Amino acid sequence: MGEAVKTVTNTPFEEQEYFINMGPQHPSTHGVLRLVLTLEGETIRKVEPHLGYIHRSIEKMCEKDGYKQIVHLTDRMDYLSAHINNEAVCLAVEQGMEVEIPERVKVIRTIIAELTRLASHQLWWGVMGMDLGAITTFLYGFRDREMINDIFEETCGARLTMNYNVPGGLMFDIHPNFVQRTKDFIAHFKKKLPEYDELLSGNIIFRKRTEGVGVLSKEDAISFGVTGPAGRASGFSCDLRKHAPYSAYDKVQFKEVLGTEGDSYARYKVRIQEMWESMAVIEQLIDNIPEGDFQAKTKAVIKLPKGEFYQKVETARGELGVYIISEGDKSPYRMKFRSPGFSNLSALDHMARGAKIADVVTIMSTLDLVIPDIDR
Amino acid sequence: MRAIIDYIKSIIEGIRTLLKGMSVTGYYITHPREIITQQYPENRETLEMFDRFRGEVVLTHTEANEHRCTGCSACELACPNGTIEIISKREEVDGKKKKVIDKFMYNLSMCTFCNLCILSCPTDAIVMSKDFEHAVFDRSLLTKVLNKPGSKLMEGVR
Amino acid sequence: MNIYDFTGLTRSIHEGLSSSMSPLAVTVTEFVIIAFAFMIFFTILGLVLVYAERKICAFFQLRLGPMRVGKWGLAQTAADAVKLIFKEPMITKNADKFLFNLAPFIVIISTFMALGALPFAKGLHALDFDIGILYISAVSSIGVIGILIAGWSSDNKYSLIGAMRSGAQVVSYELSVGLSLLTIVVLAESLQFSEIIASQEAGWWIFRGHIPALIAFCVFMIAGTAETNRGPFDLAEAESELTAGFHTEYSGLKFAFFFLAEFVNMFIIAAIGATVFLGGWMPFHIGHWAGFNQIMDFIPPIVWFFGKTGFLIFLMMWFKWTFPRLRIDQLLTLEWKYLLPINLINILIMAFVVLMGWHF
Ligand code: SF4
Ligand code: SF4
Repeated sequence: MGEAVKTVTNTPFEEQEYFINMGPQHPSTHGVLRLVLTLEGETIRKVEPHLGYIHRSIEKMCEKDGYKQIVHLTDRMDYLSAHINNEAVCLAVEQGMEVEIPERVKVIRTIIAELTRLASHQLWWGVMGMDLGAITTFLYGFRDREMINDIFEETCGARLTMNYNVPGGLMFDIHPNFVQRTKDFIAHFKKKLPEYDELLSGNIIFRKRTEGVGVLSKEDAISFGVTGPAGRASGFSCDLRKHAPYSAYDKVQFKEVLGTEGDSYARYKVRIQEMWESMAVIEQLIDNIPEGDFQAKTKAVIKLPKGEFYQKVETARGELGVYIISEGDKSPYRMKFRSPGFSNLSALDHMARGAKIADVVTIMSTLDLVIPDIDR
Repeated sequence: MRAIIDYIKSIIEGIRTLLKGMSVTGYYITHPREIITQQYPENRETLEMFDRFRGEVVLTHTEANEHRCTGCSACELACPNGTIEIISKREEVDGKKKKVIDKFMYNLSMCTFCNLCILSCPTDAIVMSKDFEHAVFDRSLLTKVLNKPGSKLMEGVR
Repeated sequence: MNIYDFTGLTRSIHEGLSSSMSPLAVTVTEFVIIAFAFMIFFTILGLVLVYAERKICAFFQLRLGPMRVGKWGLAQTAADAVKLIFKEPMITKNADKFLFNLAPFIVIISTFMALGALPFAKGLHALDFDIGILYISAVSSIGVIGILIAGWSSDNKYSLIGAMRSGAQVVSYELSVGLSLLTIVVLAESLQFSEIIASQEAGWWIFRGHIPALIAFCVFMIAGTAETNRGPFDLAEAESELTAGFHTEYSGLKFAFFFLAEFVNMFIIAAIGATVFLGGWMPFHIGHWAGFNQIMDFIPPIVWFFGKTGFLIFLMMWFKWTFPRLRIDQLLTLEWKYLLPINLINILIMAFVVLMGWHF
């Protein structure tokens, strides 16, 4: 007969090892992510993320919704980049609709996208400090984010899940106060951002906690598909605003922030620098919003021609891809999102091996995971 | 010797960065004016939401208890979540049978405040109110009938 | 004679009791009185400190803190205490029940014992051992046994990790606390609190002891914060890593014990610091400015004591609400590579200073 069946004893744990469940309810996972940490003492041997605790099948829901209705579902994926997600879907649908988008819409979308990025990074900064034990940063981050939220609330009607985009343009025109408020915010935040550096970036404890922790090489970043600030900190030039400009990004000057070390501190630094760049982008656009319509003429019910449409954008966390397969109906045949959080999370195990428990928290923080984005 | 100097330098540099951080928090504790807390239930009177704030869907009624909803169900179709249900009935008006709304059902617990229903309404009958205090003790209270009892369609709206 | 001297008061109580009772009964009665006094003091101290921490941390963070219960939220901590008392005490299924219940008591007893040896004002001093400093550092490290037991008996891996961290931490930092206090003992030539205070009649040691005393003070503050598991050294309960560390499974009154003990420990460390480095209840005097000194004398010693202690507590809160937490290996590096060598050299220098009579 054939060869004897090889018996493999399933030994998930070596001797001396034990595991703890970090999550699904845990203060530092910021959502319902469950990490199974295999430990030896305090040293991490293995990290296994278990997903699915907040899976809402957004992709499936899209298959029954009309194209206008799909947009608001994406608010709930990466809720800190709500506007950018909306924009991605709208851009993909607009590809199929073949409409000419007014310049005004493009500029406003870009400004709000950058404000979203700022708000997201501010929240991340606060949470990062809190994860490392400096709870005060959380409140400072929120103070500054509050101003952006007010801008959103006045113009879009909601603070977090804004749903301000519709395929073909914007839901309403910007509020008359929008420009002034944005300028006020930029002036305020230019004073406050150096404070972030004084409080955290320079702090010796903070540097010791982040430098050399969770190093991700450029090669690994590319093979894991780590994008966004996390990828750029490893030197992987992946800013889609530069490489595949959409909306008004081809009209503005800004630097793609790149790090080299790929450790937690580099990821931190990249995000802080990105805040400066985002402010620069907003400043270039805010005085030059062209006149025009805030919406292109579209039919009441949008139908896409048969075909496939793909649009990728740069959210605050990395590359978001929207892939639509249309059969010519008023809702897509299949919709797929390539979410940055999922790919970034995949590198966690690689980065955390050999580190301490506290380092897992640091690494998760600097990857800036939003759990609903991972699960969708 | 170098090592010792570096050692001492690292200590002094470390302490300097720590003091810098403390000066930031120290600034805020000595400037209570920077406090951003709002005392929420106390400031109810002065609390004003922005005009575009999406609190919940309401059907606007005039003082004569008239609304503008023709019962066309456009909002029901536009809603992604099945939040709105228009129950219409036939009524005899001037000898003609006409479709009017019987109940405008709105299930707040299913609403995602996306604003699509408002945009889709041809007669601007519904708007978003600024009310955000939605908490109730019973889930069934979240299912609301938006048209007031005895209300009827405004003249001239079709 | 100082009008704020408590010696007369305590002596008259003692004599009053002695006139009507046998010596044994007198001792027992005095024990009971003191025990009651400390219990009340302990409770009030806990409530006040928790309130102060919440308010101060709120102001650091641009918040208002508790505002609802009572004017400015003054009754908030009392309300919390009542809530904690009435909460259901829960025990995990496989916990070691005896040890689980014992742990909070060990922690709180050790703080009680340390509290007893603190000099609050002239004559207001329950136990004045001739080895007071030694006693306090010995007693205050009993608490860690309670923490270890709590972590072990909870049957929870987070608790266990927290407890082990706490053990490693307290054992290491105990050294630095002891050595930095010894630096001043060298100066004061006594281990007795009352004598250490008396030796600062002419000026506080932190001013008179040159730079070594200053360094010792800094080391003491850092190590002291670490020993109370607070501030940037709260690894034992690191809530973003271990949810709540060693007291994850505790609820109700037993949790309150841990919570109170943490705050009272902070008070004890601050009080030792104030006594040894800042002259305890001694008023602030400047050389020969008789007028100024007299004004300072006018402020009662008990106010001086609590003022200085309060200042040090504020400093510790400032640390806590500004700095990120250290990692466990960095914590040990800080102690063994920085604080301990600095301390040892410092104590040598101090001995030299004292030998040459260079201090003021
Ligand atoms: S706001 Fe959106 S979810 Fe709510 S009723 Fe209108 S369409 Fe439906
Ligand atoms: S609210 Fe507007 S859209 Fe909805 S049924 Fe009435 S008229 Fe039609």
